[in-house]
Amino acid sequence: MVKVINVYKRFGDNEVLKGINLEVLRGKILVIIGPSGSGKSTLLRAINHLETLDDGEIWIEKVQVNRPLKGRKFEKHINRIRQDMGMVFQHFNLFPHMTVMENITMAPMLLKKTARSEAEASARQLLAKVDLADKVNFYPAQLSGGQKQRVAIARALAMEPKVMLFDEVTSALDPELIGEVNKVMKKLAEEHMTMLIVTHEMRFAAEVADNVIFMADGVIVEEGPPRRLLHNPTQERTQRFLAEVFK
Amino acid sequence: MDYDLMARVFVYFAKAAWVTVQVSLLSVCLGLGLGLAAALCKLSPNRWLQIPARIYVSVFRGTPCLIQLFVIYFGGPQIGLQLEPFAAGVLGLGINIGAYMTESIRGAILAVDRGQTEASRSLGLSKGQTIRRVILPQAACLMIRPLGVNTIALIKGSSLVSAISVLELTYTAYRYISSTYRPFEMFMLSAMFYLLIITVASFLIQKLDQRFVLQQ
Amino acid sequence: MPGLKLSVLIEYYPILLEGLLWTCILCAASIALSLVGGVPLALAGISRNRLVRWPCGFFVWLFRGTPLLLQLFLIYFGLPQIGIYLSPMVSGILGLGIHYAVYNSDVMRAGIVAVERGQHEASRSLGLSRAQSMRKVILPQALSSVTPALGNNLIALLKESALVSIITVPELTLSAQRAISETFRPFEFYFAAGAIYYGINYFLELGLKRVEMKTALSR
Repeated sequence: MVKVINVYKRFGDNEVLKGINLEVLRGKILVIIGPSGSGKSTLLRAINHLETLDDGEIWIEKVQVNRPLKGRKFEKHINRIRQDMGMVFQHFNLFPHMTVMENITMAPMLLKKTARSEAEASARQLLAKVDLADKVNFYPAQLSGGQKQRVAIARALAMEPKVMLFDEVTSALDPELIGEVNKVMKKLAEEHMTMLIVTHEMRFAAEVADNVIFMADGVIVEEGPPRRLLHNPTQERTQRFLAEVFK
Repeated sequence: MDYDLMARVFVYFAKAAWVTVQVSLLSVCLGLGLGLAAALCKLSPNRWLQIPARIYVSVFRGTPCLIQLFVIYFGGPQIGLQLEPFAAGVLGLGINIGAYMTESIRGAILAVDRGQTEASRSLGLSKGQTIRRVILPQAACLMIRPLGVNTIALIKGSSLVSAISVLELTYTAYRYISSTYRPFEMFMLSAMFYLLIITVASFLIQKLDQRFVLQQ
Repeated sequence: MPGLKLSVLIEYYPILLEGLLWTCILCAASIALSLVGGVPLALAGISRNRLVRWPCGFFVWLFRGTPLLLQLFLIYFGLPQIGIYLSPMVSGILGLGIHYAVYNSDVMRAGIVAVERGQHEASRSLGLSRAQSMRKVILPQALSSVTPALGNNLIALLKESALVSIITVPELTLSAQRAISETFRPFEFYFAAGAIYYGINYFLELGLKRVEMKTALSR
């Protein structure tokens, strides 16, 4: 489903991604862990082209995300392919000038030309799924962090994406609000949504991941099923990182 | 585009540019003085100082500068004020920009941390001493940019004194447009000088700003 | 030395009222033009296409660096030279409108740039194009955040509208001058005109405050 082939990225003199290769099959969940500056967020953002790459390819099913097209053609292509990917951000990025309902229905109505009644009905279903059915007409400013993030997830799901990308979605939340977001993500996992998750939460990773990747200094240091990687890492770098985390 | 003509009248525009600079400089000085005084008055707890200052700022920011100039120059004689165009222009522009500068200065003073006042007063300094020795020096740094904005506005506003026959850039432009019927060329000449004066002024203000920031 | 004779105001106030009416019309039209014109100019200034950005930048630099009065002369005297004959009123509206469109574009551009990067990313990651994202997400936020600054520009426009009297637009200042030419009492009439401007200014500020409160994002 998602293929990352030999990807390189530098910011000025700093090489952030040094030849990353990975693959996520349909319905599988990949969790990426690692220290700050390891490039994991950059990698995730590169998958839906919020960061450009210096070299390498990114494929979603049979379509190459970073196709070498120019100008208007590329714009059309990237807008289309982004509809197949749902992204949830660390700082939510809800649209403050729109209600929760409007946040969720705007994209489907505008891009997929869904009728308002249909879009609103789907939105209500999604809000029920994330346990926010009663917040339909609220503005983001009136919601807690955890509620905002759940709305953000619903907004991404409204476009019926093939894959969901989660960029440290609980890092900006107060501890007691993390649980409600994790609950929603677990629900999605049970429905076999293909997910790529960048996170600091090891326990959550252990629970949902089919595969875990440990990144440091722009390279994949180790890869494997959560049980193995988190409890019996083979690489020394991984061991050092996990030792710090589990202290 | 008649470059010949432009070359011939260039020197007159250069002289007029110098008048613009003079008017602007003098008005800025007047404005700064008035602005500082009014800002302190507005911040004073004494109502007899506060209210006139507030009226001053409200009236001169709330009415067109052109009208203010006309009142002083054309209406002045009726109340015993006979001024030459240049003097009336400087007076009018100065009083006008002073009202705007009052707010720039007052804003900067208010932006200085409250703890500074508290520390100073608890050492025993009076209100006046506190303002003079502790607050103003710190506020000075913060006021440079807004005052700079006021100054640039003044340089452009100096074009208004052409309406009371001061021989500056805009007046000269008008005069030569009327006599040569070549508005584009005359516009270009004046524009050139205005852009030059403003660029130099902006540069100087920036340098001033940087110097003060470093001192902090 | 004449002194003051306030009774002339009572005789001649109809002239001032007529001027006031024209000032209001003039300002309304110029304000509209400056707001409508500010948006494309703001967008052009942050365009990724150099052929759009540079001319826009030059135009903004030129019109910000020269006085309004000079620009009015350019329009009023210059356009007839290339065959465009406009009435003083239309020239005045054009001059004020373009001048303040430039100032408004600066304010709007700052507002657009200030919209959090995450908003842009969120809307693009949903699949919206650059234009759709600008239209639905960025611009609404940008415009509501800069309402106070735009309001200041509009108030400045009202006051600078007095300048168009110099290119013979029959607004408040010129009306005062008409009255003065008959009565030779400049102080009274300029003072009265000033008071009227002050009054309009006051009401404009009140109106703007209400608009600001309505469009504030903090709900």
